[in-house]
Amino acid sequence: MATSVYMEALSPTMEEGRVVKWHKRDGDPVKAGETLAEVETDKAVMDLVARADGVLRQVSAAEGQTVPVGSVVAVIAAPGEAVGAAAPAPQPAAAPAAGTGERGAVPSDPAPAATPAVPADATRVRASPLARRMARDQGVDLELVAGTGPGGRVTKRDLETAERAHVGAARPVAAQPAVQREVPLPAPRSSVVARRGTAYEDIPLTQIRKTIARRLAASLGPIPHFFLTTEVDMERAADARGALNESLGERGKVSFNDIILKATALALAQHGACNAWFQEDHIRYWNEVHLGMAVAVEDGLITPVIRNADLKSLTEIGREAKELAEKARTRRLQPAEYTGSTFSVSNLGMFDIDQFTAVINPPEAGIIAVGSIVQKPAAVDGTLAPRRRMRVTMSCDHRVIDGATGASFLRTLKQMLENPLAMLL
Amino acid sequence: MANQFDVIVLGGGPAGYVAAIRSAQLGMSTAVIEKEKLGGVCVNIGCIPTKALLHSAYIATLLREAKEFGVDAGAVKTDYGVAMQRSRRVSDQSSKGVEFLMKKNKITVAKGAGVLQPGRKVKVANDVYEAKKAVIIATGSRVKGLPQIGLEINKTTVISSDEALFLDKAPPSLAIIGAGAVGMEFADIFHAFGTKVTLIEALPRILPLEDAEAADTLAKSYKKRGIDVIAGAKVKKGTPGKDRVTLEVEANGATQTLDVAAALMAAGRAVNTEGIGLSECGIQVTERGFIKVDQALQTTAPGYYAIGDVAGPPMLAHKGSREGVCVSEHIAGKKPHPIKYDNVPSVTYCHPEVASIGLTEDQCKERKLDYVAGRFPFSANGRARGSGETEGFVKILRDKKYGEILGAHIVGAHASELIHELAVARENEYTVEEVELAIHAHPTMSEAVAEAALDSLGRVLHV
Repeated sequence: MATSVYMEALSPTMEEGRVVKWHKRDGDPVKAGETLAEVETDKAVMDLVARADGVLRQVSAAEGQTVPVGSVVAVIAAPGEAVGAAAPAPQPAAAPAAGTGERGAVPSDPAPAATPAVPADATRVRASPLARRMARDQGVDLELVAGTGPGGRVTKRDLETAERAHVGAARPVAAQPAVQREVPLPAPRSSVVARRGTAYEDIPLTQIRKTIARRLAASLGPIPHFFLTTEVDMERAADARGALNESLGERGKVSFNDIILKATALALAQHGACNAWFQEDHIRYWNEVHLGMAVAVEDGLITPVIRNADLKSLTEIGREAKELAEKARTRRLQPAEYTGSTFSVSNLGMFDIDQFTAVINPPEAGIIAVGSIVQKPAAVDGTLAPRRRMRVTMSCDHRVIDGATGASFLRTLKQMLENPLAMLL
Repeated sequence: MANQFDVIVLGGGPAGYVAAIRSAQLGMSTAVIEKEKLGGVCVNIGCIPTKALLHSAYIATLLREAKEFGVDAGAVKTDYGVAMQRSRRVSDQSSKGVEFLMKKNKITVAKGAGVLQPGRKVKVANDVYEAKKAVIIATGSRVKGLPQIGLEINKTTVISSDEALFLDKAPPSLAIIGAGAVGMEFADIFHAFGTKVTLIEALPRILPLEDAEAADTLAKSYKKRGIDVIAGAKVKKGTPGKDRVTLEVEANGATQTLDVAAALMAAGRAVNTEGIGLSECGIQVTERGFIKVDQALQTTAPGYYAIGDVAGPPMLAHKGSREGVCVSEHIAGKKPHPIKYDNVPSVTYCHPEVASIGLTEDQCKERKLDYVAGRFPFSANGRARGSGETEGFVKILRDKKYGEILGAHIVGAHASELIHELAVARENEYTVEEVELAIHAHPTMSEAVAEAALDSLGRVLHV
């Protein structure tokens, strides 16, 4: 009895495979386990092996052809067995999704003559005629836009929303020269943080975001963490703190933690893409910065929230942080005081921890873990000098924050801490 | 508890009863509280009976012109009382239809005036109904008079549509104050029944919310028929007498005195928000008096929703019905598609009919949109010529860059039916090209829609 050779799912996420090379030809005898062909999956080139002994027949997928998983690409006939008419040629898979902005964006393009009409499938971009025209004109890849119309259709409003989100989330960071003598300043900003009118904007997940979310979550657990560490020179921050405390005198004291909280809040205001909640079917990009502050309590920890931290002065933050920490330790926090944070800071510096990774506080997309400030030799202007250095490690939820996004935020934070005056800009 | 339901709807008009049906469809136990007849203003003293009377008016006009079509109906006699009786039967039938729908969907109907109470409760006389999930407020609106100029509705000489719909005889003369949809329709009806009609509008144009071109076409049509149309006119004072009303009307810098048998107030509606317990429940109203709602139509009090006229303009039955569907789905935990308030068709059923959707040409200009107006007159449409209904046109406002249908305006016979092709197009973001590409049957009035789309592309065929 003949055995069909299917395009197998050679990786967990594989939906189609491209036949790179047939190792056996029509009529060749094959043994179970032998490599029949090399197949390129979404990840790598893998071997498609024979599942039965016999003779390879009816090879229907040509080298270079891409076919969906599950299609029959050949049969293995028992020796001497006559097999029926050639299997129908497998249907070519739809063109790959990414990188072909033209497809789908051009409604009038006739389908290639060789392609039979295929039912709408997941890879087809659904968009209204108006949205297609707008996307074509503006060079927008409809694949990257989340549709909210019937059946997930991309509408005019979705395009407009996507455009706003793009402007909001991926605000470009001022380019920095590669080598600098002076501590670089972050991009100038007004002291009054400009905000849009709403507290937040819900941006539906694009297909790509959904896939990233699904795949990373499946591989790493409920929240796919990754970590970014940077070492910050705290000399200037320490000097500034000393001077501030001297001038404040009896009126209070500014701690390193206060400075870190303030800098984090300001950096978040500039990097909206890191100030976000992952919400299963959408990402909520917060326009407000509500900073969670991990506080160790007797039998665990709690994260009280400094609301609108980006709009508060250093002394306000300091006073509030102190009050909240005290309330946390005496278990007097009200629910409103420990919910709703948009990003968190965990500081174990006082425990002499050089560096650690913190666990993200969902639905937030990031947290920074702050180590202790240690004096160590560092190269300054080509000379070795003792410097107060501090390591900051950011945990990112990869469903929301990509490597470069997190790194860019962390760079701004580092710049602010290394030149605290920048916070006044 | 007997009086406990998932959803309680206060008001059985087109918003409320549709919300009740959709709620019941979604498996929620539902009660509707209605103090008068099911179907509300729309079914009983609004949309439905006026359409019956307008059809009577249409027949009268048709028969008067029938000789030209080879049908001599002789001297046409009209009787408003008979037409009115027929319109009542139509309304009753529709109201009974709503009753049937309530039964069919196992919806409890409580008769009486409901008053909201905190805790998602509604008091009706001595009974208290409690909603486990939500209370939906759909109390609608009513006509209002202009007491500040002496025109308080007295139901004899100063009347509203409520009384006009129950008259036994058409008055010999009638001043209609307000030339929006209601005023236009009653002018059409009474004129056909032999009343000397004067239509007075404060704004510079009749049908002030419609496209200027549509309004002008109607003004011409009405004047040609012998209806006096005074736009940009201010009624300074009204003096109701025993069987007369004297009106002082100022227009074009001159004041004239009108002596009519009755005045019909058609200048706006007031929402029914008094005495239903809004403030007791913490439900706020807007500056304009509508109930304040968010995008999901939730009021400022959790568990209370508002739909229809009380939730804000446009005060149209079909807008209320859609809100009813959306709110019910929202309460049931579904994610209804948000309502596109800029895609609610607006129709005036006078002759010729006026129907529109989206922006007017003036609004396009105000917003500085780059648009092209495509037009097609019914005088160039074979079907319209065949039935002698060549008044009017189709106008489509097309965005120059992407072809988006910014607005569409139709004046003509069956405009109310023709507009929906453009409503579907706009809802699905079809551009003028998709409208034009769809093959339109010949000969139909609808061909004018495709031709207007073509005209906006500079490719009109039949002009």
